[in-house]
Amino acid sequence: MGVDFLVGMANLMHIQLTLEPELKLLYRINAQSWKDINVDVNHKVESRLKLKFLELELKLLHCVKAHSWKNTEILTANVTRAVETIALLLVTMVMMLPTPSSSCSSSVVSLSQNPKSIRFDSFSRSVSNHMMEVCNCIEPQWPADELLMKYQYISDFFIAVAYFSIPLELIYFVKKSAVFPYRWVLVQFGAFIVLCGATHLINLWTFTTHSRTVALVMTTAKVLTAVVSCATALMLVHIIPDLLSVKTRELFLKNKAAELDREMGLIRTQEETGRHVRMLTHEIRSTLDRHTILKTTLVELGRTLALEECALWMPTRTGLELQLSYTLRQQHPVEYTVPIQLPVINQVFGTSRAVKISPNSPVARLRPVSGKYLLGEVVAVRVPLLHLSNFQINDWPELSTKRYALMVLMLPSDSARQWHVHELELVEVVADQVAVALSHAAILEESMRARDLLMEQNVALDIARREAETAIRARNDFLAVMNHEMRTPMHAIIALSSLLQETELTPEQRLMVETVLKSSSLLATLMNDVLDLSRLEDGSLQLELGTFNLHTLFREVLNLIKPIAVVKKLPITLNLAPDLPEFVVGDEKRLMQIILNIVGNAVKFSKQGCISVTALVTKSDNRAPPDFFVVQTGSHFYLRVKVKDLGAGINPQDIPKLFTKFAQTQSLATRSSGGSGLGLAISKRFVNLMEGNIWIESEGVGKGCTAIFDVKLGISNESKQSGIPKVPANPQHVNFAGLKVLVMDENGVSRMVTKGLLVHLGCEVTTVSSTEECLRVVSHEHRVVFMDVCTPGVENYQIALCIHEKFTKRHQRPLLVALTGNTDKSTKEKCMSFGLDGVLLKPVSLDNMRNVLSDLLEHRVLYEAM
Amino acid sequence: MNTVVVAQLQRQFQEYLVSLYQQGFLDNQFTELRKLQDEGTPDFVAEVVSLFFDDCSKLINSMSRSLGRPESVDFKQVDSGVHQLKGSSSSVGARRVKNVCISFKECCDVQNREGCLRCLQQVDYEYKMLKTKLEDLFNLEQQILQAGGTIPQININ
Repeated sequence: MGVDFLVGMANLMHIQLTLEPELKLLYRINAQSWKDINVDVNHKVESRLKLKFLELELKLLHCVKAHSWKNTEILTANVTRAVETIALLLVTMVMMLPTPSSSCSSSVVSLSQNPKSIRFDSFSRSVSNHMMEVCNCIEPQWPADELLMKYQYISDFFIAVAYFSIPLELIYFVKKSAVFPYRWVLVQFGAFIVLCGATHLINLWTFTTHSRTVALVMTTAKVLTAVVSCATALMLVHIIPDLLSVKTRELFLKNKAAELDREMGLIRTQEETGRHVRMLTHEIRSTLDRHTILKTTLVELGRTLALEECALWMPTRTGLELQLSYTLRQQHPVEYTVPIQLPVINQVFGTSRAVKISPNSPVARLRPVSGKYLLGEVVAVRVPLLHLSNFQINDWPELSTKRYALMVLMLPSDSARQWHVHELELVEVVADQVAVALSHAAILEESMRARDLLMEQNVALDIARREAETAIRARNDFLAVMNHEMRTPMHAIIALSSLLQETELTPEQRLMVETVLKSSSLLATLMNDVLDLSRLEDGSLQLELGTFNLHTLFREVLNLIKPIAVVKKLPITLNLAPDLPEFVVGDEKRLMQIILNIVGNAVKFSKQGCISVTALVTKSDNRAPPDFFVVQTGSHFYLRVKVKDLGAGINPQDIPKLFTKFAQTQSLATRSSGGSGLGLAISKRFVNLMEGNIWIESEGVGKGCTAIFDVKLGISNESKQSGIPKVPANPQHVNFAGLKVLVMDENGVSRMVTKGLLVHLGCEVTTVSSTEECLRVVSHEHRVVFMDVCTPGVENYQIALCIHEKFTKRHQRPLLVALTGNTDKSTKEKCMSFGLDGVLLKPVSLDNMRNVLSDLLEHRVLYEAM
Repeated sequence: MNTVVVAQLQRQFQEYLVSLYQQGFLDNQFTELRKLQDEGTPDFVAEVVSLFFDDCSKLINSMSRSLGRPESVDFKQVDSGVHQLKGSSSSVGARRVKNVCISFKECCDVQNREGCLRCLQQVDYEYKMLKTKLEDLFNLEQQILQAGGTIPQININ
């Protein structure tokens, strides 16, 4: 059996060949006989083993101290191996003992079969026990030695110390790390170790004979240790996979951290780029001067991107070439141009992105190649330019003219630097910003220019206005002065000529005086015209409205024109529309002026033919209010007057010129007839003042012409009774109530009629039939004496003289009125010469008598128009 | 008051009066004369007219006496008579009479006795005619007044 066991051991040894030299020693020892082994060798082996173990333990302690887990592992492995070695050695030692008991051998066999599952504490324990047993069951070849005991005692003590120190170390280091998640595990483990240590410690007392209490304590400690160790073992089953997974998690986190680092690096670079762009933009946009903008751009770009060269090519005025305008570093030759149609330029202009171009392209060759064989990379980008002229932009912000400048950026040569994406982006952004800044600068330039222009215009306008004002003032002053200065002599001439006309003159003298009067009145009219026109243009002329008889007006005009027309043998006809109102409200004088002017022109410019004047009420005037109609209620109507002649006619082209003042048509006929050219202009202005319209139609030269004008007139409320405002409308004779009159008439019938007339008017009438009776009856009470002077003879007139003699004081004398059948001048003259105050034509109508009486009483003189 | 009768009478009156004007018997002066007639003098026209007719007959008689003796015609007197007649007739508005007087005066100026006699005859005829007409007119007026109506004021233009 001993041989079999030895063979088995040899096999085991063979497996454990790598173990300590002690094992080798043992193997050699095995070769010797059992009996040769002496205690010294055993002692040596044992001491060596102990030393070895202590060495290992120290190493372990060192490792733990140095936080080197890896080494700790190794050491733990070594310790395990050491433990195995110890176990084997002990086994061998046991084997070397003669005839071990079956129990010993079985336990040793079991131990040897499972060296790895050995816990060195329990194992050593059991072995030591076993050794004790062996000590008990074998014949004491050597007695329980004091030395043996001493060694065991010491080792136990050290073990206990170790057992107590390990948890302390664990606690210390875990506290330090503060990350360990399984603290309660540590507690458990610590308890387990402490209890083991306690057991060993108690074991110290069991070497010698011990009391029962010690054995009890020992047993308790062992039991507890067993419990705790089992619990720890169970718990570790759960813990160890977690701990292992911690490792994998640690790896994962490391990877993640590395990734985040990378990303952070990226963001930082981007933020850096952004900062650069902002700074660049700020620099570029801080000025509105084009030159500064571009220079700043180049400088800042060069600085940010550390460029070797940066250049800007601007299109020339012709647009066919690009001219090198700005560079960063070098002085460029003037007029260095490049045609715009190069393919590389088209490529750059075709896209809004920065384009890498070849360093050898003409736009990049800014300096002579000076031996640098590796030129830096070149990037070009387009800069859109705004083309403004007078702010004419059709598509904004789409730039319709599409003019671009070219910005070329060169990296330093020989630097092996590449254009990064973020740098290209930076360049594009800068190019955009430059475009915006340039457009702003362009707009500013344009607006400054426009403002300067406006200021100039303003100044010029101001000067012109002041000149005009001065001119107007000068003219007004002149007119005011001339008006007064010219009118005074005119008045003198007219007044004196008319006075002269009333005196005794020979027919030739009378003719001359009449001519003088006519000319001077013409001159006066002309002066008035000029004044009127200037006042009309100023707008200071106002119509003098009054009520007048329209029909009478027309007849008067015709009467005035008739002499000339008769001389020229031009018949004039007047057609007044039946619905033409008789009494109207308007400016009589100016209306007459207009009609006179027009009709006068017609007469002037006709050599033959008839002139027709038509007056009617026109309803369809687009200026009239929509609900206007002619009623006798004081509203308005439009009077249309048409003057048609068959005279010289007017060229249709000349018609617009007619109404301009001082303009005359060139035909000989008109020139010979004279005229100042003011008439139509003034007429037009008067017509316009009357809210009307005037125009001339003509079919051509020699075909006559028609002058038509419309004016707005008011309709008078008054009935057909007279236009003298003083007389009331009703026929009651308020004025003449009780007026004492004397009627002298030889003819009974007419005497009666006259009396009836005067009675109807409210007078108190006394009638006489002869002059003697008249003289007898007449008294100062009679205000008026009507005497009939129809009968031939001078006696009737004599009575006037008698009455004059009778009443020396003028206020007592009654007014003397002659009633006569004929109204020629001689009768009038006679009456005047006899001192009569008035002449009346028989038969007298009621209105006539009334007018006459009131006139007479007011003015004390009457010479009725006949 | 029978309005229908009154209206009829008034229309008759109006037509008659207008016809007198149209036939030239009367002129504007007669209208004026009619104007002078009011509440204070309701018979003014009739008085004047009757006075005129008396005047006419007197003058015509005297003128015929003057013109009766062909050898001693006092043309002066005839002239004055004609003048008077003319004045009267024009005062009253007897147009036809006045016209005859005008031609009468012309004959008298040239001392044409035959002409004068002829004119005298004409004058006589005319005034008598007028007298009859006016009498009819006045009758119509009376009828209207008796029927209770008013004499219409007629504007002749």
